[in-house]
Amino acid sequence: MSQMQNFTKGFLKENPILVLVLGTCPTLATTSSALNGMGMGLATTFVLIGSNVVISLMKNVIPDKVRIPAFIVVIATFVTIVDQVMQAYVPSLYETLGIFIPLIVVNCIVLGRAEAYASKNTVWSSFVDGAGMGLGFTGALGVLGAVREILGSGAIAGFKFIEGDGILVFILAPGAFIALGYLIAIVNRINKA
Amino acid sequence: MAKMQSTLKNMVLSLTLISLGASAALGFVYEMTKDPIAAALLNKKIEAIKQVVPEFTNNPNDEMFMLPTGEGDSLEVYPAKNGDQVVGYAIKSYTNNGFSGYIGFMVGFTPDGAIYNVNVLEQKETPGLGTKMVPDGTPEKPEFKDQFKGKNPAEYQLKVKKDGGPVDAITAATISSRAFCDGVQRAYNTFEKGGLK
Repeated sequence: MSQMQNFTKGFLKENPILVLVLGTCPTLATTSSALNGMGMGLATTFVLIGSNVVISLMKNVIPDKVRIPAFIVVIATFVTIVDQVMQAYVPSLYETLGIFIPLIVVNCIVLGRAEAYASKNTVWSSFVDGAGMGLGFTGALGVLGAVREILGSGAIAGFKFIEGDGILVFILAPGAFIALGYLIAIVNRINKA
Repeated sequence: MAKMQSTLKNMVLSLTLISLGASAALGFVYEMTKDPIAAALLNKKIEAIKQVVPEFTNNPNDEMFMLPTGEGDSLEVYPAKNGDQVVGYAIKSYTNNGFSGYIGFMVGFTPDGAIYNVNVLEQKETPGLGTKMVPDGTPEKPEFKDQFKGKNPAEYQLKVKKDGGPVDAITAATISSRAFCDGVQRAYNTFEKGGLK
């Protein structure tokens, strides 16, 4: 597989949310608007790239039997860094995302890529894999957030284009499931074509 | 380099080293972000105070004091002064009766006890219904919050119309509206008992 394919596989073919259906908890909870979804996606992307690179650098010095605790320590470190930096420099986004930033630690995408990819591949490929997967995640969250924001509050990126409220259910939890369901169906159709 | 064998010595050694590296990195980031985080939190508080009291020149955060609510706990009071003249008090109040539990408020009073403005600091109410308590309206298009401005709870009962009071509840969010009144009332009780009037 070329690096280009390696990079783009996360966008559609192996998109972590829409095809692998991993990490749905932060996906459903944080996508009430496009910007929230993308903020969450970028935070996760940073953690993915960081942990993929570090784990692939250290893959030979981590004994097999303690690899999961070792991966988790590395991932948790990156998550805490993101958490503190966001609290310091983007406090309003930090407040909206709330508990879901610390919860990136247990996001299956991050640990999944560490175990399935970074611990077996070179540093450069792991970096590309993390970036591709992270951007795929960010894109899916951004699209889902945009759909919910447009339908639910009649706004895009905070800019309202209708008077009053939209279809409120899309801002609430059931709307997240509905929108995600349709998005998965569309991407499945594209991938099969 | 060959892969490390899973012997006890190797496992302990590698986990210790990884944890050491992680703690060093975190210590560094903590030192880097400590001051910006404190500044961001303080900034947010000052912004909230600014919205609920008339213009002031002092630093209300430095002159903050605690006053008991009469229910066994205390609220933070931020006096706002223009020169030496007290122009208002911002009281950080709360209620646990929201539709989703806790709601935090910053309630501003002028020295005679009238409500200047109310700022919702923290809430988890239903989007589109209970969240209508948050925005400030304009004279042409008033919001829920605006009906409280300038009212003195000494003669203005903080109760929604369903409970026999004068407050117009948010449509389909009576519980949130009641909770709002409860939070403001708590701030007023503290204000009154503390002898700030």
